[in-house]
Amino acid sequence: MPVIETSQTIDARGLSCPMPIVKTAQAVRTLASGAAVELLATDPGSTKDVAAWCRVTGHELLEQSVEGTVFRFVIRRK
Amino acid sequence: MDESLNLVLFSGTDDKLQAAAVLAAGAAALGKPVNIFLQYWALDAFRAARIGLDHGLAAEAGPAGRAAVDALAGAGQAPWSATLRMAKELGGVEIQACSLSMDLLKLDAGDLDPLVDGVEGVTAFYLNAGDGQIVFI
Repeated sequence: MPVIETSQTIDARGLSCPMPIVKTAQAVRTLASGAAVELLATDPGSTKDVAAWCRVTGHELLEQSVEGTVFRFVIRRK
Repeated sequence: MDESLNLVLFSGTDDKLQAAAVLAAGAAALGKPVNIFLQYWALDAFRAARIGLDHGLAAEAGPAGRAAVDALAGAGQAPWSATLRMAKELGGVEIQACSLSMDLLKLDAGDLDPLVDGVEGVTAFYLNAGDGQIVFI
């Protein structure tokens, strides 16, 4: 599997909806086009929310995985 | 998705304000313009001197609801005012006080928390809402 370099990690573990998405929106805005960011969240809603947010905003969800109770996403700015 | 979301906040209890703040922040994260119009008891909750206080819960919450809300807050859920502040930082979120409710509560603009951008009447609210959805909470 190719390794995607992420410039920063958004640690939204323990935060409830909609904070993982709010923090993601804030962070992605600071990225250069094509740069990626890692998001860690424990909110179960984030699995669908992150995908929906990417679909609407046009950013790319490169990876999505779960380890224990932590959901991990890698998002690339369009 | 660039149609606006327009929230009319009437209730001033913390649970309803939190639910409204979540809707506003989610819409702001998607890039939707959000207009929030504060009426009656919701406006009362935005007094600068009281915004951080306990505003109670809707009647249907009951003791079990109170415990559940307290547990979420204990686990680190941001209060609704903080959620709204973050939503405003994302941009596109405008919060206006209803001028009739300002009269009702005998408030001046200076009595309100800085989250509130101004005072307007219902016609200005409708004008800003355009064809977007209007949700009453």
